[in-house]
Amino acid sequence: MALDRWIALIFIVFCCAYGYMAFFTMDQDVPPFMQRNPVWPSTFPKVLAVLGILVGLVVLLGLEKPEAGKEPSATEINYRRLHEYKLGQALALLGLMVAYALLLRPAGFLIATTLFLIAGSAILGERKVHIMVPVSLLAALCVWYLVQQVLGIFLRPFPFFLGN
Amino acid sequence: MLEGILIGLEAAFSIKNLLLVVAGCLIGTFIGMLPGLGPMSIIAIMIPIAITLGDPAAALILLAGVYYGAIFGGSTSSILLNAPGVAGTVASSFDGYPMARKGQAGKALTIAAVSSFAGGMMGVILLMIFAPALSSLALLFHSAEYFALMVVGLSAIAAFAGTGQVAKALMMTVLGLILATVGEGALFNMPRFTLGMMDLQSGISFITLAMAMFALPEALFLVLNPARGSGGDGGPNKITGLRFSRAEGRAMLPVIGRQSVQGFFVGVLPGAGATLASFLGYAVERNIAKGEDQAEFGHGSVKGLAAPETANNAACTGSFVPLLTLGIPGSGTTAILLGALIALNVTPGPRLMTDTPEVFWAVIISMFIGNFVLLILNLPLIPYIAKILAIPRNYLIPFILFFTLMGAYIGQNNATELLMLVGLGVLASIFRFADYPLAPLLIGFILGRMLEDNFARSMQLYRGMDFIWERPMTLGLLVLAAILIVLPSYRARRAKARAKGVADGD
Repeated sequence: MALDRWIALIFIVFCCAYGYMAFFTMDQDVPPFMQRNPVWPSTFPKVLAVLGILVGLVVLLGLEKPEAGKEPSATEINYRRLHEYKLGQALALLGLMVAYALLLRPAGFLIATTLFLIAGSAILGERKVHIMVPVSLLAALCVWYLVQQVLGIFLRPFPFFLGN
Repeated sequence: MLEGILIGLEAAFSIKNLLLVVAGCLIGTFIGMLPGLGPMSIIAIMIPIAITLGDPAAALILLAGVYYGAIFGGSTSSILLNAPGVAGTVASSFDGYPMARKGQAGKALTIAAVSSFAGGMMGVILLMIFAPALSSLALLFHSAEYFALMVVGLSAIAAFAGTGQVAKALMMTVLGLILATVGEGALFNMPRFTLGMMDLQSGISFITLAMAMFALPEALFLVLNPARGSGGDGGPNKITGLRFSRAEGRAMLPVIGRQSVQGFFVGVLPGAGATLASFLGYAVERNIAKGEDQAEFGHGSVKGLAAPETANNAACTGSFVPLLTLGIPGSGTTAILLGALIALNVTPGPRLMTDTPEVFWAVIISMFIGNFVLLILNLPLIPYIAKILAIPRNYLIPFILFFTLMGAYIGQNNATELLMLVGLGVLASIFRFADYPLAPLLIGFILGRMLEDNFARSMQLYRGMDFIWERPMTLGLLVLAAILIVLPSYRARRAKARAKGVADGD
């Protein structure tokens, strides 16, 4: 089974769970005065759940025929060639983003961002440390200045133990 | 209308707004040039900045400038590298790139800029004529019609997704609508589908979703497949000689005239947008052209470059018509703009022109200014701006990822949002792998709340589903939506049956 049909299957399961919540659990919380309304908080989700299951089935069962003889081009992304791609780099960058999300508050914006940019280019194979470090530091400082001073959004610049 | 134009002039010609147009166009051109980053990603990244400006007119002016700039920048990389940064400029590479290979890159860029300018200008003029008319018609609409109209919009977007893709696009739309039901709606005052998580109480942030759907997968794909970023054959072509001859100008003129009108109306249709307009424009002009002219298409024809460039810019302007008059976005990009407007407490729709005319007219006037900026400022600067194509990807990609993260963070000031961004981004990449279109998801998400509000209001007014039968316009629109969804697969089946018949005959 191709990936798109697996996704459709998962989507149908998701819609069933969503529909279960809409049909069987949500209406218990509706206060009595709202029960006389023609439309409840669960009305629209119920419609969506049914629609979702129907559309998902159309995709899953392949009722709609794809265009024949369409070749994916070399620059288009294709999961069948995933092993040829630089999957490790992409996963490492995703991990780096998660680490950034977790470190942003405790380490402060400047340190977290500089490290993120250095590590990001290092993952992609950059080895010129004398360029990477100043570029990252400068970028972090510029963005911090723009966001905090120009746009007026608070970003904690330093680690938590340095105050502010 | 004159009064409105004066209001718009006054608003748009403040120093701040002029600077915003220039900045927007420049930023858009810069980033739009990077292969793989489309206007949607750029606008998504710019939204937190636009929102913090606080002034809806200024925000829209900035974002519209970015949008125009991105389309212009996209055509630059199409011409120089044969690596379109934007789907709407793919058709420009058909003739633009051969022209650049012949050493006429400068001329190709000028033709692209001039036809973009003409298309954009013509589009704005048509917008000024049609938007007020359409919005006075739209004032007659009730919530029932709004509900039906949004259903039509969503089905049209799915129907234009392409052969064999309609069901997938519909699936994404439903998923977007489902995601929109998460959190506490204004209508019922009770949290829904939050699974007890505090972070979901206010729903999923649309900026996070927009970043996750467009910016993040693009960046990841650039990492996964380096060939995607470079495209073409290596380094950019040299830019020399920006002039084109008088004869070429004369050949372009009718093309520009036809395509700016056609492109505009294609752009008005929900779901069609700049991409379809540019391909259609190219195809139409190739069919109209005769003899030698036609043979030149694909080998550096002036007409073949002018057609898609005019059409895509006119279509970009056209796509603002449903957004500004009905409050219904017809494309991913205008959906993001709609989200930004809602975040700024402006609800686009027929009342926009009467309630906040300064927003409406300032946007229109700034479109004029934006077109001038692109022609006068960006064109001479292009040889320098094109240097950005030489930035090594080792630096580019971490920065794109960082700006994506920043965009989600500034909007919410919440680190959990970043984790959500990564999660949704991975999900979006998987969808892209499986060839699911993502724009319908985002449009569904943004329209979801409004769709439900209007649905609930009509249900309450008519004490049930009767509004569908009692209001003929609602019924008509819903029937139209059904036809739009069924038509593509019906036509595909018929074409297949016919093809089979022919084969049997042989």
